[in-house]
Amino acid sequence: MKQEKRTAISLEHVTKSFGEKHVLRDVSLAIQEGEAVCLLGRSGTGKSVTLKLMIALLKPDKGRVWIGDQDISRLEREELSQVRRKMGFLFQSAALFDSLSLHDNLALPLVRMTDKSKAQIEDTVHDVLSEVGLADDAQSMPADLSGGMKKRAGLARALMLDPEILLIDEPSSGLDAITASEIDELLLNRKMRHKTTLVVVTHDPHGARRVGDRFAVLDQGSLIAFGSLQELEHHPSNIVRKLMAER
Amino acid sequence: MKSFFESVGRFARFCGTVILDVFRPPIELEQLWWEIGQIGSRSLPLVAAAGLASGVIMTLHSRTYLVRFGAAAMVPAVQSLGFFIEIGPLLTALLVSGRVGAGIGAVLSNMRATEQIDAIESLSVDSFKFLVAPRVLACVLVLPPLTLFTDFSGLLGGYLAEFAASHMSGHLYIERAFSDLRWENFIPPTIKTSIFGFIIGTVSSFFGYTTNEGADGVGRAATNSVVISSLLVIVADIILVRCIFLVFPETAL
Repeated sequence: MKQEKRTAISLEHVTKSFGEKHVLRDVSLAIQEGEAVCLLGRSGTGKSVTLKLMIALLKPDKGRVWIGDQDISRLEREELSQVRRKMGFLFQSAALFDSLSLHDNLALPLVRMTDKSKAQIEDTVHDVLSEVGLADDAQSMPADLSGGMKKRAGLARALMLDPEILLIDEPSSGLDAITASEIDELLLNRKMRHKTTLVVVTHDPHGARRVGDRFAVLDQGSLIAFGSLQELEHHPSNIVRKLMAER
Repeated sequence: MKSFFESVGRFARFCGTVILDVFRPPIELEQLWWEIGQIGSRSLPLVAAAGLASGVIMTLHSRTYLVRFGAAAMVPAVQSLGFFIEIGPLLTALLVSGRVGAGIGAVLSNMRATEQIDAIESLSVDSFKFLVAPRVLACVLVLPPLTLFTDFSGLLGGYLAEFAASHMSGHLYIERAFSDLRWENFIPPTIKTSIFGFIIGTVSSFFGYTTNEGADGVGRAATNSVVISSLLVIVADIILVRCIFLVFPETAL
């Protein structure tokens, strides 16, 4: 018997503005557990804002954002903190802490949020750094890392609490094709091995095709398409077909 | 005018959150020690040098007039009273405001601009408690000892200037410097620098933490931190001096 998947993330009629600028208009979408959804769209269409709404770094002006069965747009700090423990976020710039070594960047969430011993933390940091191929750079400072290494380090930090949901903001931006495909490979591994739900904001149709199960396209703050690759390749909107086209 | 009062309201709320978060467990001891090290040790050479130079200058000026009135023996006492009561606390607060306030404002606003604060939040860590509370508490704790360094550096500078002019012995200088100094001349003015520390810490953290202007905001946050905290320190000093006079009326000359 086929087991029905539960909804991991759901946006209901979400609207968000910054001053006079309307960034998202009545966006609704639901992402299933273990699914990889790629958010596509031209620059400035609200993709990164959508991602930040999913982890409550921003609050919607209208509408609701659900993680599982919790409406995170209305949670207090402590409850929100519990929900965020299930999530990881890779920022576009990786957002590593300048003043901490790579090791300390990764150890921070474990030191703060778990009861693990020092030895256990060391082991976990080493394992995750090995997973992203940075085991030899544990003592490097973020300023000493290349763009690709920073991205992998940011991904490693996002994985430290073993999240059920990973939100990824432009994993391939500023990277060469080989490094970008390495990052895609890491994401795919995570999805396959740990059944992690992935939401990936990307401008790279090739990477999106590799990682994504379904694709959401935003244009001028509105969700204009949401479906599988086949559905979007034959979508009536010219913008959708162009965004999905392999370059 | 409306935005001014809105800013004042937001700052008041910010201060309230700082006070609550400083006492809300868990206490960020590791962060606190690190910040004390950063703020204290790095400010020490500055306040010591400024105190020494100010001590020399003050003696050069005060000696000229005191000698004219036949009161050269008063030079050490004027020096010590001047430094312990007012020059030390205010000079230290203004120097720390310039050095530390700008640093806190720039670091936090840069962390905001580069999404590091968002990253801390995304890791379920309370960024306010992690970044702001330890910085403010460190400023509160570090200002009084730094003030003592300024005071004693000022006395040393004053002695060097006096020795150059009159070859007064160190023993005699110390005896005269402390003969008229009472505990109430020393303790309340030194402790009031904790309030200066709170002002410097909260103002600079406020401008750094709440900025939302990307890279452009970093410079603005640093500048605002120094200007506003220096101004508030001076205004607070007027109020605190009046308070000290109310509590210790004998210190009012």
